[in-house]
Amino acid sequence: MTRLPVKKTYKLFVGGEFPRSESGRTYEAQGQNVARGSRKDLRDAVRAARGAVGKWSGMTAYNRGQVLYRIAEMMEARTAEFAELSSGTSEVEEAIDRWVWYAGWADKYAQVLGSSNPVAASYFNFTVPEPTGVVGVLAPESPALGGIVARLAPVIVGGNTAVVLASESEPLAAIELAEAIATADVPGGVVNILTGHRSELAPWLAGHMDVNALDIGGSDGDAPELERLAAENVKRVVRGQADRQSPYEIANFLELKTVWHPIGV
Amino acid sequence: MTDLERRQDRAPVPSGWDYAPAPEARDIVTLEDRYGVFIGGELVDPRSGEYFPTLDPSTEEPLAEVAQAGTEDVDLAVHAARDAFENGWSGISPAERAKYLFRIARILQERSREFAVLESLNGGKPIKESRDVDLPLSAAHFFYYAGWADKLEYAFPNRRPKPVGVAGQIIPWNFPLLMLAWKVAPALAAGNTVVLKPAETTPLTALLFADVLRQAELPPGVVNIVTGDGRTGAEIVKHENVDKIAFTGSTEVGKAIQRELAGTGKKLTLELGGKAANIIFDDAALDQAVEGIVNGIYFNQGHVCCAGSRLLVQESIYEPVIEKLKKRLQTLRLGDPLDKNTDIGAINSKMQLDKITELVAAGKDEGAEIYQPPCRLPEKGYWFVPTVFTNVAQSYRIAQEEIFGPVLSVLTFRTPDEAIEKANNTPYGLSAGVWTEKGSRILSMAQKLKAGVIWANTYNRFDPSSPFGGYKESGFGREGGLHGLEPYLELDESEARGG
Amino acid sequence: MAKAPALPSGFELPLEPRLPRIGSVDQVAVEERAASLARRSIKRDAKLFALDLAVRMMDLTTLEGQDTPGKIAALASKAIRPDPADASVPSVAAVCVYPNLVPVAVEKVQGSSVKVASVATAFPSGQTPTHLKVAEVRDVVEMGADEVDMVIDRGAFLSGRYAKVYDEIVQVKEAAGQAHLKVIIEVGELGTYDNVRRASLLAMAAGADFIKTSTGKLPQAATLPVTLVMLEAIRDVHHETGRKVGMKPAGGIRQAKQAVQYLVQLYETLGAEWLTPDLYRLGASTLLNDVLMQIRKEKTGAYQSPDYFTID
Repeated sequence: MTRLPVKKTYKLFVGGEFPRSESGRTYEAQGQNVARGSRKDLRDAVRAARGAVGKWSGMTAYNRGQVLYRIAEMMEARTAEFAELSSGTSEVEEAIDRWVWYAGWADKYAQVLGSSNPVAASYFNFTVPEPTGVVGVLAPESPALGGIVARLAPVIVGGNTAVVLASESEPLAAIELAEAIATADVPGGVVNILTGHRSELAPWLAGHMDVNALDIGGSDGDAPELERLAAENVKRVVRGQADRQSPYEIANFLELKTVWHPIGV
Repeated sequence: MTDLERRQDRAPVPSGWDYAPAPEARDIVTLEDRYGVFIGGELVDPRSGEYFPTLDPSTEEPLAEVAQAGTEDVDLAVHAARDAFENGWSGISPAERAKYLFRIARILQERSREFAVLESLNGGKPIKESRDVDLPLSAAHFFYYAGWADKLEYAFPNRRPKPVGVAGQIIPWNFPLLMLAWKVAPALAAGNTVVLKPAETTPLTALLFADVLRQAELPPGVVNIVTGDGRTGAEIVKHENVDKIAFTGSTEVGKAIQRELAGTGKKLTLELGGKAANIIFDDAALDQAVEGIVNGIYFNQGHVCCAGSRLLVQESIYEPVIEKLKKRLQTLRLGDPLDKNTDIGAINSKMQLDKITELVAAGKDEGAEIYQPPCRLPEKGYWFVPTVFTNVAQSYRIAQEEIFGPVLSVLTFRTPDEAIEKANNTPYGLSAGVWTEKGSRILSMAQKLKAGVIWANTYNRFDPSSPFGGYKESGFGREGGLHGLEPYLELDESEARGG
Repeated sequence: MAKAPALPSGFELPLEPRLPRIGSVDQVAVEERAASLARRSIKRDAKLFALDLAVRMMDLTTLEGQDTPGKIAALASKAIRPDPADASVPSVAAVCVYPNLVPVAVEKVQGSSVKVASVATAFPSGQTPTHLKVAEVRDVVEMGADEVDMVIDRGAFLSGRYAKVYDEIVQVKEAAGQAHLKVIIEVGELGTYDNVRRASLLAMAAGADFIKTSTGKLPQAATLPVTLVMLEAIRDVHHETGRKVGMKPAGGIRQAKQAVQYLVQLYETLGAEWLTPDLYRLGASTLLNDVLMQIRKEKTGAYQSPDYFTID
């Protein structure tokens, strides 16, 4: 007799845990019932993300780099599962290497993006980059895994926390990613992933007054409306690309702070 | 009241508290009787056929025999490195190079206790330092530089960075594994291959590191390790197939290397000695400043090139500082390096002990006043009691020459300018310390001190992202940070010049 | 006669001429030093020595609105004989209770070496007129308290009215008579180590027999670094005036391991002379059972279960 497999229940990833949608709804995607997140789930996710900012941004850059590297370690172990849920092994390997690439930036971007400035008076003047806070990300519809990783890594390496709306048509890879993240020593709330209907959730994310920046690269024609909503609290709006990696992707989500101090006996 | 209660009520105040021995388990380390040289990915017998013993300086017990690599051995190592460079390492994609380095970092973290014990055993430093400082920093260096391997174009925009080729690296005995990490990590990240010679008295952690390379599956020949004394180092320096030399050690040997390389066009970086001034102002946070003085000169038994070996204390605060300092010295625990409560370990070698002893005698002869806390030294092994000299004049040998031991010379000053003058009045320029609660003064002192590393309200802090290196006779070139990559790269400027 | 050095404004007090310099404290360095001392490895006999001392130094505390004579009776019994199964475990130093419970406490510890400490001065807030606070102190002493744990007026301190803080302590000390006085500076409300040092020096100048970190009513209570800062202030006063003032970290010390760390810090900062309940106390409630468990573990070699230790 063939053995009946135990099927996975695909839930949301909020605050380091896997709750069902408070609305109790699901929708079908890739042959599975997937949680259909509501605006209240989104509200909870933002709250979790905000709660995690202090701890995540307070960790040393070295520590953050190590955590990102561990996400890569956890993904590598699940390569076969990820391959099933995406276009295949090469997309998975690229995504893993993407985490490694960004992990290496954690304790370096400050040296490339910051500066000490030779002002024309007896002051020591320096500029340092700092995380902006909570970032909302609309993951690209596709590639299912490569897209979300390419947009999530530069956000969190800089010390920000994220609320991500997963691809609507191919959400399973995102939840698998959440499982890898949940076992990678990432503090709860740093990454929050919601599955559901994009058109329902995106406006709530774009208009949320406690979200500091918005990556609308994965939006689908509704970008102008989302940008308009984002203006209400002057969010930093970024049109992220899934095929790009650079320290300037990190810089998009950083603020620059300049400090002056006199030099004298 | 019962008898018991009466006893408790009159319990006498104890005269002391003996912290029972707290030895770190030594059996985590497995030692071979004899080690060969690590060339082309394998431990092989030295062609020279010569070996010499390496000791535990706290007991003088021989730990193993290691090879005295000769001309032929060095030649083989350089060839292996050249081979690996040409036929493998520089061709591997930078992202893959990065992953090898990340692996090395992770393995060092996993085996950190084993390495820490071996480091203390072979070098004499307290286990709490090798465990809490040397090992974490070594792993961190590999982790840091791993991240640069595939990002060089951001570190040097417009300059088409390329590796230099084969790097010959000669490291000292004071932080054996950490100095290995400082040298190997950036060299490899930049795409070079390496021939490394650990110090004569501390070869064992480098040889164990070869096992980490095996576990990381690093391609053979990328890192080669040849043990031996100064003669082996000279062979590496002379070898015409080595493109770059990196040396950390005494100023005297550094100058000899610089002379040797004159006219060859080979790239060179030197990290040499120091005689750092640790400057305490009267508005310093006093107890923390005293802790900083102690850390500055007694950490690692003073075997630190950037040690704060000259205390420059503002005259208005002289007495409280010296009083607190002497009291603090009395709580330093000297003894078995493998005991977790030991603060001061063994002096690394007989030679170094003799040098310290000679300079301390000179200090007394020249008229300085010596203070040493009561301290019982073990019978065997090389030991020196933490020492403070007061009444020191700028011209005394103990104020000019690097002692490289747990010996502090105290001088005074009245004004910031005078402090600067005295601090800079030396051919060295590696580091300096400034203790004051006033921000503008910190920055003003930092601006005027001629030293490559300035610590304000702290001392002896290191980080892979923070460039380290000296001015003047303390050497040139920087290790750590983005700047630490530069010595290991050929940086093309033709584009910048418009073709 | 030489004039005492000028002090920052607000400190306009009749201070003894040789009060040690107020000075600053570097946060990063002091936290590092405390962490480094906390890594000492204390084993076997040395550990038993510390654990035994920890028991003898403990002020077993209950300070709750719901305290009743029954609760005090149980506490006193535990204080006198912490481990019924091991007669070699000594009594604790004192029980620490609210004023209303002092008479019961005094009755229950009668005949033992355990002292009765009472909080007073509108504990924990201290936000009451001075005359009421002083009257409270007189009452608790009359009821039989051996020791008084007072709180400083943090409102006055943080608004720079140091003279008021000082005067209050002087008056309380007088009202306490023969009872010895612990002054709680409430580190959790002071904000910086600089303020902790300042408050400590002020309290000692005003006559404190002991300085104490906290009321235990705030989440931020004793920590190793804050206690180290206070020990350094005690050291400076001892060096300048010869006076030996005691130290009591209170609140947040729940594990025997922490108790040993506090004692190591004490020993390496002030020396063996301070290793006595006359000069050092640990303010705790749940700590005692963990210490007893560790003592039993050292003596028997097996890790223990809380089931075998009474909860009083």
